[in-house]
Amino acid sequence: MNTILTVKDLSLTIDRERLLKSVSFEINKGEIFALVGESGSGKSLTSLAIMRLLPDVISVSSGEIKLKNNSLFSLSELQMQKIRGKSISMIFQEPMSALNPVMTIGEQVAEVIKIHLGLKKEAIKSRVISLFEEVALKEPKERYNWYPHQLSGGQKQRVMIAIALACEPDLLIADEPTTALDVTIQAQVLALLKKIRAKRDLSILFITHDMGVVAQMADRVAVMRHGEILEEAECKTFFDDPQHPYTQSLLKDARGIREDRKTTDIVDRLLEVEDLKVYFPIKKGFFQRTVGYVKAVNGVTLSISRGKTLALVGESGSGKSTIGQAILSLVPITEGTVKFENQNLARLSQSELKPYRRKIQVVFQDPFSALNPRMTIGNIIREGMISLDVGPKERALQDKYIRELLLKVDLKVEYVHRYPHEFSGGQRQRIGIARALAVKPELIICDEPTSALDVSVRSQILTLLRKLQQESGVSYLFITHDLSIVPMIADEVAVMKEGKIVEQGSMLSVMETPQHEYTKKLLKSAPKLPKSK
Amino acid sequence: MKLSLLWTDIMVWFLVISLLVWSWVISRSPQVKKQWHTIFKSSIAMASAIVLLFYLFFTLLDSVHFRFSAQPAESQGQTVQYKGAMVSLLDLIFAHNLKSTERTYSAPFATHEYAKSIVVDEKGVTSQAYLPLKYVSKSDDLMKKSLFAVFLGLIISSILILLHLFWKSRDGFWNEFKKSWQGETLLSWRTAYLTVIFLVVISTWFYMLSYDYHVLGTDKVGGDVLYQSLKSIRTGVLIGILTTLIMLPVAVFLGVSAGLFGGWVDDLIQYLYTTLSSIPGVLLIAAGVLVMQVMMDTHPGWFETTLERADLRLLFLIMILGITSWTGLCRLLRAETLKISQIEFVTAAKAFGVGKLTIIRRHIIPNLMHIILISVVLDFSGLVLAEAVLSYVGVGVDPTMYSWGNMINQARLEMAREPMVWWSLFSAFVFMFILVLAANLLSDRIQTVLDPRNKS
Amino acid sequence: MFAYIIRRILYAVPILIGVNLITFMLFFMVNSPDDMARAQLGAKQITPELIRSWKEERGYDKPLFINHDAEGITTVTDTLFMQESLKLFSFDFGFSDANRDIGSDIKERMMPSLAIALPTFMIALITNISLALLLVLFRGSVLDTSMMIIAVIIMSISGLFYIIAGQVLFSKMWHWVPISGFESGWGGVKFIILPVLIGVFAGIGAGVRWYRSIFLEQINQDYVRTARAKGLSELKVLFGHVLRNGMLPILTGVVVIIPSLFMGSLIMESFFGIPGLGSYTIDAINSQDFAIVKAMVFLGSVLYIIGLILTDISYTLFDPRVKLS
Repeated sequence: MNTILTVKDLSLTIDRERLLKSVSFEINKGEIFALVGESGSGKSLTSLAIMRLLPDVISVSSGEIKLKNNSLFSLSELQMQKIRGKSISMIFQEPMSALNPVMTIGEQVAEVIKIHLGLKKEAIKSRVISLFEEVALKEPKERYNWYPHQLSGGQKQRVMIAIALACEPDLLIADEPTTALDVTIQAQVLALLKKIRAKRDLSILFITHDMGVVAQMADRVAVMRHGEILEEAECKTFFDDPQHPYTQSLLKDARGIREDRKTTDIVDRLLEVEDLKVYFPIKKGFFQRTVGYVKAVNGVTLSISRGKTLALVGESGSGKSTIGQAILSLVPITEGTVKFENQNLARLSQSELKPYRRKIQVVFQDPFSALNPRMTIGNIIREGMISLDVGPKERALQDKYIRELLLKVDLKVEYVHRYPHEFSGGQRQRIGIARALAVKPELIICDEPTSALDVSVRSQILTLLRKLQQESGVSYLFITHDLSIVPMIADEVAVMKEGKIVEQGSMLSVMETPQHEYTKKLLKSAPKLPKSK
Repeated sequence: MKLSLLWTDIMVWFLVISLLVWSWVISRSPQVKKQWHTIFKSSIAMASAIVLLFYLFFTLLDSVHFRFSAQPAESQGQTVQYKGAMVSLLDLIFAHNLKSTERTYSAPFATHEYAKSIVVDEKGVTSQAYLPLKYVSKSDDLMKKSLFAVFLGLIISSILILLHLFWKSRDGFWNEFKKSWQGETLLSWRTAYLTVIFLVVISTWFYMLSYDYHVLGTDKVGGDVLYQSLKSIRTGVLIGILTTLIMLPVAVFLGVSAGLFGGWVDDLIQYLYTTLSSIPGVLLIAAGVLVMQVMMDTHPGWFETTLERADLRLLFLIMILGITSWTGLCRLLRAETLKISQIEFVTAAKAFGVGKLTIIRRHIIPNLMHIILISVVLDFSGLVLAEAVLSYVGVGVDPTMYSWGNMINQARLEMAREPMVWWSLFSAFVFMFILVLAANLLSDRIQTVLDPRNKS
Repeated sequence: MFAYIIRRILYAVPILIGVNLITFMLFFMVNSPDDMARAQLGAKQITPELIRSWKEERGYDKPLFINHDAEGITTVTDTLFMQESLKLFSFDFGFSDANRDIGSDIKERMMPSLAIALPTFMIALITNISLALLLVLFRGSVLDTSMMIIAVIIMSISGLFYIIAGQVLFSKMWHWVPISGFESGWGGVKFIILPVLIGVFAGIGAGVRWYRSIFLEQINQDYVRTARAKGLSELKVLFGHVLRNGMLPILTGVVVIIPSLFMGSLIMESFFGIPGLGSYTIDAINSQDFAIVKAMVFLGSVLYIIGLILTDISYTLFDPRVKLS
């Protein structure tokens, strides 16, 4: 029996709208099958349909799903419950919220064993511990009684994998399992999945939007878009010779274009940060005494030149976002200087800072919370102008200025009267950029502006940012955890770890000849795309 | 005749006018307008709103007071003396009920008193008989009169509906009529019209029949129960909405300040509301009412008529209720403000150097509106119910004021009587129930539409 | 944990002082000690000496807040406010203005209040949670919608109606239980059946809706999706996962009430003639007995604050994410 899963002509509808259109594919034993697509392509819905965990409003209008030649749709709910967690199991994207916060991790793994295998208590416990060992969770015996909040993201995901493997499934569905994890952790988890696949001859349906991960993991790949599968191929063929134009553009966006940038030798230092320290006090005890500090930024020195981009790279908790907030004077600076045009911002009062706020602006990561849902786009852009006294004073002229801004970021002028919820993530990010541009800043702090966006949208935004830089000479401090986009935007790179910069220099030198161990580790962990032919 | 407004009259008209202004302001924002359209797409919400408007209508009728001069108009050169009594529009409409006080109990639609009395006839023989009611007509044409009243009611409501259709119709009157009939208008107008028809017909029926019968009976001292119930509407509605008028600014100001400014401001406000909420509510209100009573006893010059005195007591009660009930909403607003101030669009505003007050006005308050709205409507029903309980404890409205609480209280004491007198109690409860139910149903709908968690 | 409790108790002190201050100010705005003396002594032969001695007996002869005749720290301490507050903090409630020992009265009347409040609380808790879980299990069904409508109707009806209707039906017309009264011991069960039943029924509407919304919020969480993916039946998901997580917000709302159960329900006790703390308080309000009102307000506040502390503690017991800090 070589074919484990057969999906044939699967179609899903909601309210007369078709969400999946005749999706068909097969997964063989021991194979990793990747389902790739952007958000809204229907890949998660497919996995939920296999598990029959779709919300009630979505109905299966046609198609068939077979697990080892047994039709899944003909089973009753009770019978399906015996399949879930036992023959097919699933792991999800957000390890933070996927585990029950008030149950110990041991209990949660034991639960699935208990309902499917009916072993005795002692047998269950020892099985859980051996599972923890298999997923490389350290100190398995002690951690049996730990709670999810005591574990890191990577460790939580390992627990999820343990739950998924507990009853020896035929198929494991992994829905974006590493998207929320740091690059180095992601590499570990992916390696773990490969090891498990080899050991158990397990089939994996791997859902992702990250092409690099696909290249690293998949045996076969299928691309989805708008509920349809557009192309399916063996992994090597897929990357060497993509057929469908959509696949081709996806790969192009993922690989990124690195334009040759004319580097001038004239160094005009716009921002100079010297030995910056930002400490947050920890208060404990009876009188709430300060017992220590969280050293978010622990002595950082960097500089940004006019018209250039410095990429600040680091994993979560490295302090990169805090540096951005410190430069914007949104968190108190404990020590060190932040010199902008030779003025130390760290020592200024709020009112003295105001003229500088015009010159340093920010674009945020989450397009959904960066805009006030109750304000029109026009008013959102107008807010900064009014507060910092930039641009025309008269209303009609202001409107004209705003409309020109919208055109600059490739949005239509009629959008002025609309509200944020009417736009996609990429469009909202453009609005955020327009808002920052409105006050004609000299430096824009981009705090992970593309992390929440699809691959194709990501490259559009990066292209836009580059275009704006060339037109107006604005500098960027580009904060990111994603190494793959660094070549697309950065002139210089600084790598951060635990509040300190471990390496910095020109983009080419850091990316191609890294000196520090950590930089090397980061580069090695990042999933790589095979070069285009 | 002189127009003479009570303090609470002024407050209620002020509130109604500001509500109209607020709705006009709201309708300028397409986003908010759309939300309200969604709310009123539901038939239940529409029907509840019409019921609430009906109650409001009676409240307003009862909130315009006049004083009549006691002397004929020929007296010149002397200051015109006004009778002690103040009457409202509602009183004028129901003047016949005021005059038709019976001796004692009678059941709804009865022609005779409820209990037997001792009668001595011409021959000096005593017997027990039911005395006929003084103001009930002897004719037996209840059916005819009812049909006439229903017919009249249908005409009145049809006129209202037609007027509304004319005002609304943009693409032809007949189109609008057809759309409403089929229930395909944007809002649930068909339900609205049906509710209006139902309410108007019932009111007309009650009103027409009230000339000839005591439609809901009479109480112990012979007062008409229908009249009492209608007069109590004003008390209940006023307590519900005016208390909110007072409580709202306090809760919003303190809650938002605590959430946004933090530090010692937050500590102080938390101290305030923890202290206030740890005092059992009834005790606090009772203490406030006692203080008020003493103040009123020592300042008889503040009011001239009994009605004014009772109204002043109502006003003070409303203020006390307002001051003691802001803590719940304040807590909610503080928590929500804390959450909102962490969201990135607020950080963006800070990065633009926008002042704290502007941030509150532009970013925080608009995103708090759903909590405020839901809280206001829910508190309304709670307060209407609380009035009854407070009257029972003795710290409610003045005993001379018409209120459902007083009606229940007085009726309760007579409950042991055989056979039982139920209509006074029942009437008060039903009037109260309909108002509270309408408010609860409307608030449910508002919550379903506005609560951001429900958007999935 | 111990340090945490001590700190919370210390935080409670300024609150209790604040409560006292408010009660004091309110009450003495109404009555000066002279007025109170006159009221209590009755109409006969009121002489200044009688008033003075009455006040001295009770310590009401001292000035309210500031004693100008004293020196130094005693300016503030030798006052009525300080004196009464200190007594309260040591739970010495003294004597009522009618010369009854408040402390012993309170002890005596606690049990009747509890006899009603505790069963009502427990039965209501179990009933509401069970009904809410049932509705969540069948969410979206006809049962769910109709129960919700019934719930709104139940909560829109005044509590007084339930009491009066209950008394009329069950006592007056059908004679199943006595209308009012109280007896301690097992014979008294027949007196509490009706109040408890009415208390539970009147609260079902609002209660079921509240618990249902809490459980519904949990149902939409990610960990529930994981549980279903494990192959758990909907029942097991409800009881094993949703209920356990739902306990946390439930605790915040419920535990805080528990100490206040001692205070009894003012309305219930009045209607049913229960000699508990609730009716004690109402009588005191009506007869303007300041000593009793002062004691009850203080007691009520203390119980409420204990409730707040218990809530925090229960949170740490049930939520592994919370550490006392």
